[in-house]
Amino acid sequence: MSSGSYYVPATSRWPILGSLALGAMMIGLGIKLVYDTGLPLVFIGVVGVVAVMGLWFRDVVIESQGGLYDAQMDRSFRWGMGWFIFSEVMFFAAFFGALFYVRVFAVPWLGGEGAKGVSALLWPDFVAQWPLLSPPDASIVGPQQVFSPWQLPLVNTLILITSSITLTIAHEALKEGHRKTCRNWLTGTVLLGICFIFIQGVEYYEAYAHYGITLEAGIFGATFFILTGFHGVHVIIGTLILAIILMRIHKGHFAHENHFGFEASCWYWHFVDVVWVGLFIFVYVL
Amino acid sequence: MAPKLPPQHNLQHSSTAVADGQAHHAHPAQPKGILRWLLTTNHKEIGSLYLIFSLTMFFIGGIFALVVRAELFQPGLQLVNPEFFNQMTTMHGLIMVFAAVMPAFTGLANWMIPLQIGAPDMALPRLNNFSFWLLPVAFTLLLSTLLMPGGGPNFGWTFYAPLSTTYAPPSTTFFILALHIAGISSILGAINIIATILNMRAPGMRLMDMPLFVWTWLITAFLLIAVMPVLAGVITMMLMDINFGTSFFDAAGGGDPVLFQHLFWFFGHPEVYIMILPAFGIVSAIIPTFARKPLFGYASMVYATAAIALLSFLVWAHHMFVVGLPLVAELFFMYTTMLIAVPTGVKVFNWVTTLFRGSISFESPMLFALAFVVLFTIGGFSGLMLAIAPADFQYHDTYFVVAHFHYVLVPGAIFAIMAGVYYWLPKWTGHYPNERLAQWHFWFSIIGVNLTFFPMHFAGLAGMPRRIPDYALQFADFNMLSSIGAFFFGTSQLIFVLVIVLCVRGGKKAPAKAWEGAEDLEWTVPSPAPLHTFETPPVFHRSSH
Repeated sequence: MSSGSYYVPATSRWPILGSLALGAMMIGLGIKLVYDTGLPLVFIGVVGVVAVMGLWFRDVVIESQGGLYDAQMDRSFRWGMGWFIFSEVMFFAAFFGALFYVRVFAVPWLGGEGAKGVSALLWPDFVAQWPLLSPPDASIVGPQQVFSPWQLPLVNTLILITSSITLTIAHEALKEGHRKTCRNWLTGTVLLGICFIFIQGVEYYEAYAHYGITLEAGIFGATFFILTGFHGVHVIIGTLILAIILMRIHKGHFAHENHFGFEASCWYWHFVDVVWVGLFIFVYVL
Repeated sequence: MAPKLPPQHNLQHSSTAVADGQAHHAHPAQPKGILRWLLTTNHKEIGSLYLIFSLTMFFIGGIFALVVRAELFQPGLQLVNPEFFNQMTTMHGLIMVFAAVMPAFTGLANWMIPLQIGAPDMALPRLNNFSFWLLPVAFTLLLSTLLMPGGGPNFGWTFYAPLSTTYAPPSTTFFILALHIAGISSILGAINIIATILNMRAPGMRLMDMPLFVWTWLITAFLLIAVMPVLAGVITMMLMDINFGTSFFDAAGGGDPVLFQHLFWFFGHPEVYIMILPAFGIVSAIIPTFARKPLFGYASMVYATAAIALLSFLVWAHHMFVVGLPLVAELFFMYTTMLIAVPTGVKVFNWVTTLFRGSISFESPMLFALAFVVLFTIGGFSGLMLAIAPADFQYHDTYFVVAHFHYVLVPGAIFAIMAGVYYWLPKWTGHYPNERLAQWHFWFSIIGVNLTFFPMHFAGLAGMPRRIPDYALQFADFNMLSSIGAFFFGTSQLIFVLVIVLCVRGGKKAPAKAWEGAEDLEWTVPSPAPLHTFETPPVFHRSSH
């Protein structure tokens, strides 16, 4: 199990700088939201967080390339990444849980099912439906219509599923030692990720411009944007990660038998893909 | 309190070059002064930082509680206005849960898990430092909300919507962001602890050979990774409702305030086990040591801990019996909640049976551990009373609930932390804590705790609501007793600080095996533990549990 060669790094300045940068980002964000000023602080914080992440990972890459890591360290990274993805699963579970609760319980109850509460007195004309186009209170304007799942959402689903396949081909190529093949398929994966983000951007524009699906459009808009929004952020992060992996492939990193950085990015990308399939089914189709 | 560390053994600081790829512990000149603490990757130094942070926050949260108790000393409004009173109850809860109890357990985990499993350090040492330094950032931000226009969070530590959204002070956005930072810290810390336990054990140590403190922390870390993201999700929805006009918790837009409670308690109930499972582990280490007998029912302890953790995902709505749940939900959550008494009963049975025919001595760690068993069990029983849905209609939001959860948290979690501190101080500092002072601390604490919280049962059963700055005259006597007890308990914690400071500075020298009945791996390294231990993994010899 333990070979006695476990690498314990010397002191590092990145953790403390990272927490200060994250603090600056959060405080700046708070000031922006509450007092509508303080964008420079957000900017400093974001730049700080990105810089610290870059420099921290750079240290790790240098240590890894320097042969400081043994098989036990590799397992630590695997456990770490695995449990991190589990935490992400639970983060999305909260939003899916909210969606299911609203659809199965809250909206039917508001419509009078189970004879609950006073909502029947407050909003006697409310009719329970999903997608909820007319929220109970007239002060909140619901969406005019919702997206057909068989247009842009279906295209995006095919794009992401394809990208998972291309990424797997790239990984297999790396394992076989065909670095050029790996590079090409990985490039394709990154391009598919960019396509997805672009199409999602188009959809958001359509949502606001023509469909009336907005953050303020009652519970449909709220659940739609929190689920697709956080998923979109994860696709952006995943695409950036894969782009960095691609640069490292160019630089000759990643041995064909030992390349956990590459694998971890694959895990993350597949996770993002699976979340999208859930989104496609429960947000768009059903 | 000036942090002071064990003297560093020069032997451990061989400055071998990194070049050959084998010299894994390259320790270049250790930074001095404050930088040493800011940049450290050492699990013992980070453990000390966590513990010092936690103790500081324990006093800040304690002062908030004393403001509350001072106001409640007699009926009527005396000292603070109701708005500030609400901020004090809220901040007391938030600080004690997130900044005192949780970091204390993480600090103990940092110090003790690598020592108990024979690992050179935590699996991801830099991440460990990051997890710690997020906490001062998060809680400085959280405490600063008290000074913001409109005041700090005033909606109780459970921050139910719409109190925390529609009717909340502007500082709520900062409260949410602070909690996000604390949550990131918890998740990263838990990932590190799981990776350490699963991957860094000494050769030959199987999972079922691990000390129970390690086992309980493994399960706690799993709970943390499972539920802290849900907390992040629910506070994000709050943030959206407040700042971006969404309707998650607003029925006018088709949302539901009860959705907030479901999501919060899906986090919140496992969270309360996060605050007690490591305590079980500490007590399971101390009782066998001072009863001079192996722990009774080791395997059943492990399974009981796992069972409690799994059940904790199925009981959350017992906090919401009066919110208007369907009958089937009331029944489901009532029965699952009662089921938790079974594995908990197994644990109490095992501790008592470990004591049976032991040759017991009553040093300060043992006193706190025994008090834990008795008083935590009282808190468990009042929990069973609250689990009965029809009865809870009467108890809900009364001081009976306050009495219940303070019994499981103060003489439960906090006594276990203190027991652990007294138990492991010799390993950390090389000195025994002053036993006479520690015993004074114990007796003052146990009197103070019971004087504070026992009368709350009666006040609650008689109908006194919680989170109210004024109350009807018939509750006056109980409240006066509670307030006297609270100040007594709070003041006696200064003895705790005194004992720790004295112990760090000097005292009776402790040998490697500081307690004669102690068996785990941490007692095989010198006292004080040198900065780097188990750089070569120890050979683990299996003893019969």
